[in-house]
Amino acid sequence: MLKYQFDWSVVTSGKYFEWLLSGLYTTIQLSLVAIVFSFLLGLVIAMMRMSNAKPVRWFAHGYLEFFRNTPLLVQIFFWYFGSYKILPTVINDWLNKTNFEFGAAVIALTIYTSAFIAEDIRSGVRSIPKEQLEAARSSGFSYVRSMQYIILPQAVRITIPPLINQFLNLTKNSSLAMTIGVMELTYQARQVESYTFKGFEAFTAATLVYVVLSIIITLMVTYYDKVVLSPMKAR
Amino acid sequence: MQTGLDFTVIWTNITYFFIGRFPHGALGGIALTLYLAVISCILSFIGGLFLGLMGISHNKIIRYLSTAILNIIRGMPLLMVIFWMYFLLPAMMGGNVNESWTVIMALTLFTSAYMSQIVKAGVEGIPRGQTEAALSTGLHPWQAMIYIVLPQGLRNMIPSFVNQFVSMIKDTSLAFIVGVSELTHVATQINNRTIIYPTEIFFFIAVIYFIICYAFTSLSRWLEKRLAWRR
Repeated sequence: MLKYQFDWSVVTSGKYFEWLLSGLYTTIQLSLVAIVFSFLLGLVIAMMRMSNAKPVRWFAHGYLEFFRNTPLLVQIFFWYFGSYKILPTVINDWLNKTNFEFGAAVIALTIYTSAFIAEDIRSGVRSIPKEQLEAARSSGFSYVRSMQYIILPQAVRITIPPLINQFLNLTKNSSLAMTIGVMELTYQARQVESYTFKGFEAFTAATLVYVVLSIIITLMVTYYDKVVLSPMKAR
Repeated sequence: MQTGLDFTVIWTNITYFFIGRFPHGALGGIALTLYLAVISCILSFIGGLFLGLMGISHNKIIRYLSTAILNIIRGMPLLMVIFWMYFLLPAMMGGNVNESWTVIMALTLFTSAYMSQIVKAGVEGIPRGQTEAALSTGLHPWQAMIYIVLPQGLRNMIPSFVNQFVSMIKDTSLAFIVGVSELTHVATQINNRTIIYPTEIFFFIAVIYFIICYAFTSLSRWLEKRLAWRR
C-alpha cells in the first residue's frame, strides 16, 4: 500500500476519462429507459393488484412475490441467456440484430423494479382513508371520477418519495448490467483498472458519481417531505 | 418456442446445485449461498447496532460521522462495494484474502448501513418515559440502553431484520462476480458446460431463490402480526 503512487490524471483527462464519461452516459441512458418502463408497468400491476376480479388480483400478487423474491442478477441472466427459448423466432432474430445486452438489462431492470413500484403505489392508495372515497361517492362522484379527483391526487403526492427511492435503487442496480457486458459506469471503472492498474482512482471516480447522485436525490426527497408532505399530514 | 424445455440437466447436476463439490471439495451452491447470508447477516447486525447507536449519540461529531458513513454506503451500488473490498482488502491485509471473506466483508459493510436504520427506528419507537424512568432509578445511560431500551426495541425490529436477511440472500448472488461458487456462480458454470440449457438452469435457480426468500418473507409477515398482537 505504501508503494502505491496516486495518479489522478488517469481519471480526470484523456482516454480513460472518456471511457468513464461514456460509462456514465450509458448508466443514465439505461436508468432513464428502465425508469419510464418500470413506472408504467408498476402502475398497471398495482391497478391489477387492486382489481375486483380475483384471477387478475392473484396474477398480480404472484408477479409481485416472484420478482421481488428473486435476485436481480439471476433475472438478468435469465433474460440475457435464457429468453431465446421462450420467445418467438421473429423476436429473437430482431433482438440479435440489435444491442441485445442493453435490451436484456432494460427488461430485467424494468420487471424487477416494477414489482417494488407496484407495492409503493398500492400502499400510497391505501393510505388514503376509506371515508374519502365514501364521501366522494355520496356527494355524487362516480367511482372513476372520485379516484381521479379525490384519491389519486393525494396518493400520488404520498407515493412520490418512495418512488424516487426506487428510481435511485434502479440506477444503482443498473451496475449489474456490467455482468452481461453493458458498458456502463461500473464496467468502465473496471476497464480502467485493468488497463492502468489505477484501481483506487478509477473506483473513487465511479463511487463519487454514484454517491453524489444519491445524496442530491435524497436531499430533494427530504425537502419534498418537509415542504409538501408534512403540511398535508398536519391537516 | 424453438426447442422444448428439457429439465433433465437439472437432475443430472442436482447435488452440484445444492452443495457444490462438497464431500470431495469446497462447499458451494445453495449451501454456500445460505452460509454467506447467515454469516454476513450476523456480522451486519453487529455493525448495524454499532452504526445505529452512533446515529442517536449525544455527541455531535459521532452523529455526523455515522451520517456520513451511511450516506456514502447507501449511495453506492453493492457491486461497487464488492470491487472496493476485492481491491482494498489484499492491499490492507497484505497478501491474498479468501474471496468468500471479501464478499462477506462487502455484504456486511453494505447491509450494516441498512440495519442501522432499523435499529434507530426500533430504539426511537420505545417511549422516552422508559429511558427517563431507567435513568431516575440510577442506571447509567448506557445501562439504560442495554438493559431497558434495546431488549424492547429489538423485538419490534425482528420482522425488519428478517426482511433484511431476505435481501441478503438475494445479494449473495453478486458473489458470482469475484468467483465465489455460490448458487448463481454454480449455475453459470453448469450453463457454460452444457451450453444449450440456459433457460432451464436460470429458471430453476430463480425458483430456488424464490422458495427460500418467500419462506422468510412469510415468516416476517407472520412475526409482524404476532408481535403487533402481543403489544
